[in-house]
Amino acid sequence: MQPCYLGIDVGSVSTNVVVITAAGEVLSSLYIRTHGQPIQAVKEGLRRVKATLPGDVIIAGAGTTGSGRYLAGAIIGADIVKNEITAHAVAARLEVPEVQTILEIGGQDSKIIILRQGVVIDFAMNTVCAAGTGSFLDQQAARLGIPIENFGELALKARHPVRIAGRCTVFAESDMIHKQQMGHNIEDIIGGLCEALVRNYLNNVAKGKEILAPIVFQGGVAANAGIRAAFSKALQQEIIVPRHFAVMGALGAALLARDYVNNNRETKFKGFEVAEEEFRARSFTCQGCSNLCEIVNIEEEGSIIARWGSRCGKWDTLGE
Amino acid sequence: MKKVSFAHMGYSYLGFKQLVEDMGFEAVVPPSPSPATLDRGVTYAPEYACIPFKMVLGTYLEVLERGAEMIITSGGVGPCRAGLYGMMHERILRNLGFNFEIFIFDPPLTGLWPFFIKLRRILKAAGLSWLAFVDVVRRAWAKLKLLDELEQLATSIRPYELKRGETTRTFHSCLKIVDQARTLQELAAAREECRQLLQNIPRDTGRRPLKVGIVGEIYVLLEPFMNLEIEKTLGEMGVVTHRSIYLTQYTATDVLARGAQDVRQLAHPYLNQFVGGHGQNSVGETILYARNGFDGVIQLSPFTCIPEIVAKSILPRVSRDLGIPILSLTIDEQTGRAGVETRLEAFVDLLRQRREQMEARSNAALLPGY
Repeated sequence: MQPCYLGIDVGSVSTNVVVITAAGEVLSSLYIRTHGQPIQAVKEGLRRVKATLPGDVIIAGAGTTGSGRYLAGAIIGADIVKNEITAHAVAARLEVPEVQTILEIGGQDSKIIILRQGVVIDFAMNTVCAAGTGSFLDQQAARLGIPIENFGELALKARHPVRIAGRCTVFAESDMIHKQQMGHNIEDIIGGLCEALVRNYLNNVAKGKEILAPIVFQGGVAANAGIRAAFSKALQQEIIVPRHFAVMGALGAALLARDYVNNNRETKFKGFEVAEEEFRARSFTCQGCSNLCEIVNIEEEGSIIARWGSRCGKWDTLGE
Repeated sequence: MKKVSFAHMGYSYLGFKQLVEDMGFEAVVPPSPSPATLDRGVTYAPEYACIPFKMVLGTYLEVLERGAEMIITSGGVGPCRAGLYGMMHERILRNLGFNFEIFIFDPPLTGLWPFFIKLRRILKAAGLSWLAFVDVVRRAWAKLKLLDELEQLATSIRPYELKRGETTRTFHSCLKIVDQARTLQELAAAREECRQLLQNIPRDTGRRPLKVGIVGEIYVLLEPFMNLEIEKTLGEMGVVTHRSIYLTQYTATDVLARGAQDVRQLAHPYLNQFVGGHGQNSVGETILYARNGFDGVIQLSPFTCIPEIVAKSILPRVSRDLGIPILSLTIDEQTGRAGVETRLEAFVDLLRQRREQMEARSNAALLPGY
């Protein structure tokens, strides 16, 4: 019997599942699309990861992170529910112990995390704009009819990347169309787009932050060779992309679960069987006062297992 | 009886309600800002106006529809846009066809005479003597002070509560008690009762909460709906918060006097001039929090607020120089609760780890060889 730890990262675009050994080795990892259905994605992820695991694995601890962390935590019975900034930092530190800067670009958010001597000392997340995140690259790849997997390679072939307005995705798109109509070739446009997104990231999210090497670049967008090259060019530094770059949040959640359980706590993980159970999220508007809070009930096989959404705490009696 | 209303800012509405009623008017109490209020404000406000403007406009629409005939409000002195907001509100509302009186009070030191004239007109409408008015103001002031005091007490107790949410529930029952008290004697009794209620909340005094200072623009600081109840959220995560602005303290230092000179003086090495609003204060107060041993500072700013943008670009240097972590949050109608909570959780994690590391270091220094 081998005690292992499960981490799930439910993001806006992808849901990632990772299982690690007690030593922190990744046994299994999975990256699937959330498709706006986090409950389905979690169940699907559990089912598929279970199939890849050796028979002697038992889950001794489970953690969740990402924007759907509370939902996922309620469904699987997580020991620890953590924000994605902490989770990402923990995972990066495992892969690159000396890391001082983490650049992370996911489906709909981007963040920068600054560490010194292994401790997070500052971070920032995009606040008012999601320009330059994975969803936008996806959209543009689709519009140009290029598989997203080839997008980055094409960018590397750019000889004279064009200058594209990267502040807002809507304007970036019109600018790209304009450049296409001017007759620029597709490689130069894609190369220019990568540079524009990196410029936008560095001028917004990373504004005022001291970016020191080693620099780790992670999140789904780190798969994009064009963005990697643009970062390296803009920062004049080597950019390290860790092995498990696409599932770092889930890896961090698994590590946090391992440390939390620490061999002396019983896990609350309900088992992979939850993948076969029926979960429902129902919401209603509380009419108790003018706040009109939207209360969400999470039901497992017809009984309520979690509830959130009220401002006054009236409905918070569950899960205390 | 004339129906009079005012803007909603935190819990001060209870004090203003009493003020208006004691003057002999009928108070139209503005409802707590809600998403519906904001939607209405956003509909009629210029897109790039900041969120306080939109929310206050929404509030005025609600009270005018409920029959308010007079609005009493405070103006700003600029140079930030807030100095024009009262007039803008008035224009927009008149264009929408509302008929009402509005009194915009600028701080008396910026113009004693206009202040006096406006006040005299209101007192005339109320049929109130100056002497009687002084008494009315004294009681309303006492109530406002009590509200600030209780809010601070609740904030300091919340991180220790055994049952999550109990402090907030108790505080809301305190608001009802304070609302009933009108004379100075009654207010003193209410103070005792509420303090008792809050002190009696079962607590785990063994906890060691982090201390976080909150700086920024006054409206998003004072109105819990605007800042997504940041103090409650942090309190329940085990953090004691201290706001740089409480209404009565602000009125005493900034509205009736020349401003929090010492705080602005502190800001001087980084920002040596008044940039409007609370920009310079945000810098000075951050320095003050760092000196007073706070673990971190959170800056709240409405999207497009120039004074806070100035402060925001300076704060990273303050953070580096004084070694205090700072989180800047920008707030507008698009701000999502989930995003703010994620950032707050991460910030609290950061502060905890930092404290542990610092303690480990100082222990190592105390016990060499261990």
